[in-house]
Amino acid sequence: MAINWFKYSAPTTFYGLAGKLIPWLAVSAVILFSIGLYIGFYVAPVDAQQGEFYRIIFIHVPASILSMFLYLVLAGYAALGLIFKTRLSAMMASAIAPTGALFAFISLWTGALWGKPMWGAWWMWDARLTSELILLFLYLGFIALHASIDDPRRADRAAALLAIVGSVNVPIIYFSVKWWNTLHQGSTIKFTGTSMHVAMQQAMFTMLAACWLYAAAVVLTRVRSIILERERNTAWVAELPEVKQ
Amino acid sequence: MNLDIWMRENPLTYIWLGSYAVAFIIFVVEVAMVRHKRKITLQQVRLLRNAGVEE
Repeated sequence: MAINWFKYSAPTTFYGLAGKLIPWLAVSAVILFSIGLYIGFYVAPVDAQQGEFYRIIFIHVPASILSMFLYLVLAGYAALGLIFKTRLSAMMASAIAPTGALFAFISLWTGALWGKPMWGAWWMWDARLTSELILLFLYLGFIALHASIDDPRRADRAAALLAIVGSVNVPIIYFSVKWWNTLHQGSTIKFTGTSMHVAMQQAMFTMLAACWLYAAAVVLTRVRSIILERERNTAWVAELPEVKQ
Repeated sequence: MNLDIWMRENPLTYIWLGSYAVAFIIFVVEVAMVRHKRKITLQQVRLLRNAGVEE
């Protein structure tokens, strides 16, 4: 059976779909977080060089990946909103920004926690670290710019432009360890294979899936509030069961 | 005790408190804020709807 995806690009239908998905996403995220932490702390062996400190990667790597991925999704929605003037796209971009900013912050914070015992410093002006910090500022800039303009449609357009221009930073973050001599280590997992222990991989990918599900649940919950706020004067919102009660 | 010495003697406590507990608190605060926002928005929409019905 073919699914008509365009049907869900309207806030009217997307609101209900998001409401149905949120509990499943949230419960799955909690289960996967529990499994990931169990494997990461009880099954995965101690690293030969880094000892126990390497276990920070089970939150650091997923947070870093999510911060970049969410920015690309945000920029994609912003571009869709700008080109096709779809209402939901701008709402989704606004809903993604705070979660993306938090993942960027967690990435920087946990990176600093790892850097102190490994490098002997909380922070270095390294290409990877600096470009990730710029990503956090881009998220904050997007949120601040959107909040500073009263007219929602103008705010959407201005913030969308910033998001699209800022998306150039994501490949810079990703390739920074290849383009420049950085203190930050290169990719351990490549398409050609990895030297990581299988339990370490399992923990990292489970935590990545958990973070992804968590982000989806939170973003969908936030976008439902944004939809209600923006569409408050419409008949379909007035007829919603949660509004009627 | 010096932080450098303490973290090397208690690496798991350092990781849990420094990384995972902080990430957990951030997630809890974000979830609480998102739920609060939904509650407030629903209240506003209900007020608007009731005002419209009374007119």
